[in-house]
Amino acid sequence: MGIRFILMVNKQGQTRLAQYYEWLTLEERRALEGEIVRKCLARNDQQCSFVEHRNYKIVYRRYASLFFMVGVDDDENELAILEFIHLLVETMDKHFGNVCELDIMFHLEKAHFMLEEMVMNGCIVETSKANILSPIQLMDKAH
Amino acid sequence: MSSSSTSIMDNLFQRSLEDLIKGFRLQLLGESNFISRALEEIRREIKSTDLSTKSTALHKLSYLAALHGVDMSWAAFHAVEVVSSSRFQHKRIGYQAITQSFNDQTSVMLLITNQVRKDLNSANEYEVSLALECLSRIGTHDLARDLTPEVFTLLGSSKSFVKKKAIGVVLRVFEKYHDAVKVCFKRLVENLESSDPQILSAVVGVFCELATKDPQSCLPLAPEFYKVLVESRNNWVLIKVLKIFAKLASIEPRLGKKVAEPICEHMSRTVAKSLVFECVRTVVSSLSDNEAAVKLAVAKIREFLVEDDPNLKYLGLNALSIVAPKHLWAVLENKEVVVKAMSDEDPNVKLEALHLLMAMVNEDNVLEITRILMNYALKSDPLFCNEIIFSVLSACSRNAYEIIVDFDWYVSLLGEMARIPHCQRGEEIEHQFIDIGMRVRDARPQLVRVSWAFLIDPALLGNLFLHPILSAAAWVSGEYVEFSKNPYETVEALLQPRTGLLPPSIRAVYIHSAFKVLVFCLGSYFSSQDTTSSSLAQESSSGSSSMNAFTHGSILNLVNVIERDLGPLSETHDVEVQERAKNVLGFIGMIKQDIAEKLNLQDNETESFGVAAFMEDVFSEEIGPVSAAAQEKVCVPDGLELEENLGVLDEICGEFLKPVESDLVSYTDMISFSVSKLRIRDQQEASSSSSPPHEASSLLAEHRKRHGMYYLTSQKDDPDSNGTHSDYPLANELANEISQDPFNPKRKPNQSKPRPVVVKLDDGDESRITPQAKTNIQTGNDDESLSRAIQSALLVKNKGKEKDRYEENPNSRQQEKEESSRIENHQNSEKKKKKKKKNGERSSKHKSRRRNEVASASEQVIIPDFLL
Repeated sequence: MGIRFILMVNKQGQTRLAQYYEWLTLEERRALEGEIVRKCLARNDQQCSFVEHRNYKIVYRRYASLFFMVGVDDDENELAILEFIHLLVETMDKHFGNVCELDIMFHLEKAHFMLEEMVMNGCIVETSKANILSPIQLMDKAH
Repeated sequence: MSSSSTSIMDNLFQRSLEDLIKGFRLQLLGESNFISRALEEIRREIKSTDLSTKSTALHKLSYLAALHGVDMSWAAFHAVEVVSSSRFQHKRIGYQAITQSFNDQTSVMLLITNQVRKDLNSANEYEVSLALECLSRIGTHDLARDLTPEVFTLLGSSKSFVKKKAIGVVLRVFEKYHDAVKVCFKRLVENLESSDPQILSAVVGVFCELATKDPQSCLPLAPEFYKVLVESRNNWVLIKVLKIFAKLASIEPRLGKKVAEPICEHMSRTVAKSLVFECVRTVVSSLSDNEAAVKLAVAKIREFLVEDDPNLKYLGLNALSIVAPKHLWAVLENKEVVVKAMSDEDPNVKLEALHLLMAMVNEDNVLEITRILMNYALKSDPLFCNEIIFSVLSACSRNAYEIIVDFDWYVSLLGEMARIPHCQRGEEIEHQFIDIGMRVRDARPQLVRVSWAFLIDPALLGNLFLHPILSAAAWVSGEYVEFSKNPYETVEALLQPRTGLLPPSIRAVYIHSAFKVLVFCLGSYFSSQDTTSSSLAQESSSGSSSMNAFTHGSILNLVNVIERDLGPLSETHDVEVQERAKNVLGFIGMIKQDIAEKLNLQDNETESFGVAAFMEDVFSEEIGPVSAAAQEKVCVPDGLELEENLGVLDEICGEFLKPVESDLVSYTDMISFSVSKLRIRDQQEASSSSSPPHEASSLLAEHRKRHGMYYLTSQKDDPDSNGTHSDYPLANELANEISQDPFNPKRKPNQSKPRPVVVKLDDGDESRITPQAKTNIQTGNDDESLSRAIQSALLVKNKGKEKDRYEENPNSRQQEKEESSRIENHQNSEKKKKKKKKNGERSSKHKSRRRNEVASASEQVIIPDFLL
């Protein structure tokens, strides 16, 4: 499946966005998020961005106060996922203009929309910023 | 009238999601209070007939569910209602709620089929996109079956925005409803030749997943993938194609040769690290037979390793560990970097480095590597320290200590390990201590020396993690007491007052070991007194220690010391300790009189002599390793009732040793075994102190004869052979035996020691289905039908193609063949490339014929499956 889930978590460990590509119950999600956040937040900048957890590989990256964490299958390319995270952040930057935690909090559905354009069923299907943003821009105009 | 007005009021004063979020940030009630109040509100609002109010409520609920773990399954029906709205904004909220909360068990799932179908057919591509997204996330078997025709239509859409999403959804549809493959597969494959990068990227992603699930069925598409590999310049696509080839090459080695060249090209061309890494991983995991490719990949790994970026370093080490089993030279080349990585800040990097070091370890470098590792273990944090210790222990003990030549060194290493402050692997070390004692005869003197060092250090008794090791040390110094420099001091160490700090089970081992030492001292004292066998005793003692130094005084002293130290223990609360102590005291009680009165000890008829000889006899039976599976091999003899109450057997147990014999399960139980054996012997003694040992030993011999296959044959082959046939060997014979042991001086002067004999059990080869294989079989079943569907779809597709082409053009068959052999064209020698160039210059009619020749010329090397 490639990507299993995408999380955005702030420094305090609060989840700001959670997108799962496989079905997990609420309890499972909560437990998984708690474990991963604890693992990743304990690491520093000199350590690598990959953590193994259960049967997932977590690729994470920190931007200011937000952690972007992507859970992938074992044979997924870690560096490509890092590029994917960066692309996501760049896309958000382009839309919100220097994106911050509040932007994601108040425009969660837009963040979801971007992800839906980029990832389908766990596969990355779109990598062009313009293509990702065009439906959102259209929606903004309609309002 | 009134209802509409309330709904307007609701709508006017409803809190939006934004209000909710703001409220969240300002709330003073505490999170859970705030959530429950918001939920109350939502429950009220969501019942509204006004879709706008309803959708806002649903929106808020989705938010709370996603980020605060609130259950929203109760709102499933409301989500279905919202999704049916004609307004895009509502529809979006509805679909969001559905994808987030529906699963296979949701009962209202049936209600959305028609709505999703309607939206899939919508003229608005964004509505189509919403429906596709929904299907890709929650698609069930029924949904997939009912919507396959729509998905098929969308696969042919002219809008790439829709088409790429339709391709993305196909994976879910195939997975849930295998028959969809028949319908959609052809269109999917056609898209592999699309010039639109969006479409190509999506379709390659889908095939990557299909190939992961079932490489065999994707093999016929290899030419198409090859084309993408050679022509695409999109790194995302290339990474996916490489993954596909990694899977395909593992089942079709000939494919590996063909793709190696373009992969190497990408590897040396690109600057994108992600692509380089994917190439490296593909080469090391699937093309590891291709020398040139592996060399290039290892060079790239090296570049990763010397970078400062911790990510690249980690991945470099990771790639090295994949390559290690087949190309160890690659690891050895980078040994310095690996060793350096052991002091990295990142525990993940350190762990990878540790695994690599363990992969490198062999007979020649085991000393050097363990030296390095021990230094790191001393410096590291407890977690990593124990990881190191565990790795060293398991690597060294692999396959019955295969890589260890110098056991004296290894035993000292074990001792060193136990003294590392963070060491918590006491149980593994304990096990190896005893295991080596039983398997490796030549290591015993050193074992006794190391154990001695443990026993005399009173500081170790306070360390909880060292207790198992101390127990092993005590056992070793009792069992192999003949190598002890000073048995008297051993007894003192075993009975020192601080042993009170030990748990009773280990204390019992200490006391029992002291018993063994005492019996040994008595034995050698008696035999040295015995004029007839004095020469033999002399000989045996010259080999090892100062056992001849026992005088009447020292023996008496020893007995007194033991009696003094054990006296208080016979009152102790722990039954195990108490029983051990009483056993020893009872034994002393029997012999002390004789010794104190200094009776004529040459007389073999003396009671004490008899008792001592008997006990020595008991302890001199060598204990060997027993396979963990030995118990299973014993078949239940006829007439043996295993289920019945064993209480009746009590009286029989006094005479027979058999039940004890069957206690033997694994060699880790050895201590308790020898202890329990003793207990029975003691009982025997108590009942008839001078009963002849012959009955029991003959039974043992009988047992040995009948079940010879469960005994180890490698030890004591010659000297004991008569012992097994006749009675149990007596003390004199044993002394004889010791002198003939391989410890005799003949071997010692040899400086370059040959590897000592290590007793091995030969039941390791039992063929068992590994758990992995089992799970493969299980999961295999699930995907099997899907792979069958794909294979048959491919068959249909090719036939269909042929048919179409036949009608258009009689040359089509050749074209078809030509297509499938493109790979050869790309790959074959320069000559053929030239030919191709020439072809380009000629007329098209001519060209096709010439190509045809090329194709038929290279037909022999075609992978047969291509033509499937």
